[in-house]
Amino acid sequence: MTAVTPLRGAVGTAHTRIEGRDKVTGAARYAGELPFAELAHGWLVLSTVARGHIRSVEDGAVLELPGVLAVLHHGNAPRVETDYSGLMGMRPDPSVALFQHDRVPCAGWPVALVVAETSEQAREAAEALEVRYDEEPHDVGLRTGHPGTYTPADAPHAPAVTAKGDLEAELARSTVVLEAEYSTPEEHHNSMEPHAATARWEGGRLEVVDSNQGAVWVRNELANLFSLDPGSVRVLSEHVGGGFGSKGVRAHQVAAVMAATLLQRPVRVVLTRRQMFSLVGYRSPTAQRVRLGADADGRLRVLEHQALSQSSTVYEFLEPSAAPGRVLYDAVAHRTAHELVRLDVPTPTFMRAPGEAPGSFALESAIDELAEKCGIDPIELRARNLPEAGPVSGLPYAGRGLLTCFREGARRFGWADRDPRPGLRREGHWLLGTGTAAATFPAGAVPSTAAITAQADGTYTVRITAADIGTGARTALTLIAADALHVGTDRVHVLIGDSDFGPAMMAGGSMGTSSWGRAIIAAADALRERLALTDGVLPEGIPPEGITERSDTTAALAARPPKERHSYGAQFAEVAVDVSTGEVRVRRMLGIFAAGRIINPLTARAQFTGGMVWGISMALHEEAVRDRASGGLVGNDLAGYHIAAHADVPALEADWVDDPDPDDPAGIKGIGEIGIVGAAAAIANAVHHATGVRHRRLPIRPDRVLQGEA
Amino acid sequence: MALPTTGSTTLIINGEKYPLSVDHRTTLLDALRERLDLTGTKKGCDQGQCGACTVLIDGRRSLSCLQLAVAADGREITTIEGVADGDQLHPVQQAFLDLDGYQCGYCTPGQICSALGVIEEHAAGWPSAVTADVRPEAGPSALTDEEIRERMSGNLCRCGAYVSIVRAVARAAASARTPESTEVQA
Repeated sequence: MTAVTPLRGAVGTAHTRIEGRDKVTGAARYAGELPFAELAHGWLVLSTVARGHIRSVEDGAVLELPGVLAVLHHGNAPRVETDYSGLMGMRPDPSVALFQHDRVPCAGWPVALVVAETSEQAREAAEALEVRYDEEPHDVGLRTGHPGTYTPADAPHAPAVTAKGDLEAELARSTVVLEAEYSTPEEHHNSMEPHAATARWEGGRLEVVDSNQGAVWVRNELANLFSLDPGSVRVLSEHVGGGFGSKGVRAHQVAAVMAATLLQRPVRVVLTRRQMFSLVGYRSPTAQRVRLGADADGRLRVLEHQALSQSSTVYEFLEPSAAPGRVLYDAVAHRTAHELVRLDVPTPTFMRAPGEAPGSFALESAIDELAEKCGIDPIELRARNLPEAGPVSGLPYAGRGLLTCFREGARRFGWADRDPRPGLRREGHWLLGTGTAAATFPAGAVPSTAAITAQADGTYTVRITAADIGTGARTALTLIAADALHVGTDRVHVLIGDSDFGPAMMAGGSMGTSSWGRAIIAAADALRERLALTDGVLPEGIPPEGITERSDTTAALAARPPKERHSYGAQFAEVAVDVSTGEVRVRRMLGIFAAGRIINPLTARAQFTGGMVWGISMALHEEAVRDRASGGLVGNDLAGYHIAAHADVPALEADWVDDPDPDDPAGIKGIGEIGIVGAAAAIANAVHHATGVRHRRLPIRPDRVLQGEA
Repeated sequence: MALPTTGSTTLIINGEKYPLSVDHRTTLLDALRERLDLTGTKKGCDQGQCGACTVLIDGRRSLSCLQLAVAADGREITTIEGVADGDQLHPVQQAFLDLDGYQCGYCTPGQICSALGVIEEHAAGWPSAVTADVRPEAGPSALTDEEIRERMSGNLCRCGAYVSIVRAVARAAASARTPESTEVQA
């Protein structure tokens, strides 16, 4: 068992962001903003057909245009390697193996890169480039009953299907039965900073200044793709303008490396906002079915959650929407199952709370419906169904703060005064309602390395390939390092975003801070032991290069006892529904979370409320519409795809209950994703409470509200 | 085809004159970022939908991605690099820093420039879509959170930092009215 490090003052105390001054003055440089001599600009050309073959790329005319340096396409691009195991043993998505063949598997598939002296020249030439296709019929429509539906193979630690008990027999024994179908649309990350990379060869090494969630991850993928020694590739990403799952290895880095290698000069490739809708992944639409069976007192006999999602024809990616039921509730008969359909679409990918976000909408709406049918308060119904051990794994929980969150949230939200009957509260032309839902997200850590150098001037430099994509990681790690070194934060300098710092977890899966924090604590412990430090004051005689200790948490994490490790939360929402326009306005929201020890309350609150804003956006706004005729998206920009704006977001509140993970040296569980989980369900449940109509299809658009469409 | 494709322009940015020869297609945003190394102004969509490129032109907020550089000749442009007074942060910047009015920081320069515009516009008596009474005799409306949200809605923040951005704008606006009270607003 790991001893949780005692609090020493930095951890748990609000700290403004280390890089905050640079961010508010414009001094912080993002990937596309570092100047390079002789920089050339690349512009990607995407397919306009959804399926077929490239007949020809008419690059002759374009090469004559002013400033154009090269046109890369399948006829002349260097070969890349895709036969390797990458992140978490996964094979690479062939979507990043640019220009390797003439096949077009989806609309928006990269077919060429135009490189020119200026971005204006590259853009004009790219728009002028004529690409001819032999088109084939395509299929982009996800629907239940699609003949291509199949059950994917089990992923490591995530079986496609789990089942116990006799569903039909238990349904027959149930007093109350609920069966309902829910759907969520295709959703896009839309980080504010578009993906950007500048590649160059410098002193025999490939250097890529990039916007990503993990510099080592991207370095390894690029080294594999281009058959380079990983040591000869360096990826730098000091500031990253959001990621949300979309910023791994993508077309822009691969294109920039190809062009920089060909031209032997620095090449920058920046995606346009519209290109991001095709090239960086997205959340698959889902079609979900939930069946619940309960005794009259609300105790579950049956929980079945089946989720269908899509992937591309070139790569299998599964949105694991049935996952929440494996954690939240037990039942005599319990089944969670995933299915896939492969369509002529881009490959979906991880997007903030993959699985849990759409899955919690279905499951937590269904629980609310069941509670209504049983005539039991939805919080009480959840309390009656909390499992003693993992419903699927049988493992003990490493803390489960769900009920604590509900009780604290109910008290602060004023839940006890709620009349559960729907459609009763009216204020002018607004119908009012409140709703709640549970949140859960896995907690974990991944082996990482860190180095800490004690310097003669009494300061410490921490080097770790962490990424701060807006999470506040740089600041949180500074607090963790300060406490671990027993010094003030002013004596700790944390450097991140450089693949030369060694292997480390990426910013993803809500596992960044716990993975990096553990490595930093281990290095700090080693350094304090080596220098016999008790109070952080360095002895005399530190050499000019300092004294460095390194850590690797692989062994420590392997020794961690297996448990169900999760963060939890309770989401509460109050909505107003306009009876004349069908508009839904969120009036207030409260999220209470049990999510491990909170390192920096200032930035942690932002993570939770930011996730809840995503929940509002998911519940009411976001919907990418794919045109069945063309196979492409309609309105693939920030006007056609609305994300929550200032006016959509009320004064959200997020808070937490104490919940340190006993097996993490800093007590961390991870907070990046749980804020979105359950948020859309709480809003949908509130809309039902306001109007009496269940909305099982997201987003809850005004037209759907007016039609009372459920 | 012999028509020139470049032109001369003089951009006045943060009080300094920058004579430039630019491609006619170059936006003010690209001129700032690619030619003048003023990369604080951000490109989030390049088509006027996100607000990340907001600058002040002759004191009014404006989307620099929708403005050609040659058309900005001689106008007074303020970018995020010109908002602070030397090392002294502007109260809006200080409020964003203190109240965590951002996450990834990419929309932040646009949010701050927009906030400067909002505070000026409100002080000048301009109504918004949520101003309840727009009759001149009604007098100035209060800069409520609802007013701030409405007026800032052209600036998207995908991290969802809206709650703290609104608090930061409110605090800065309050300090602009009563400069001595800056500290107590936090």
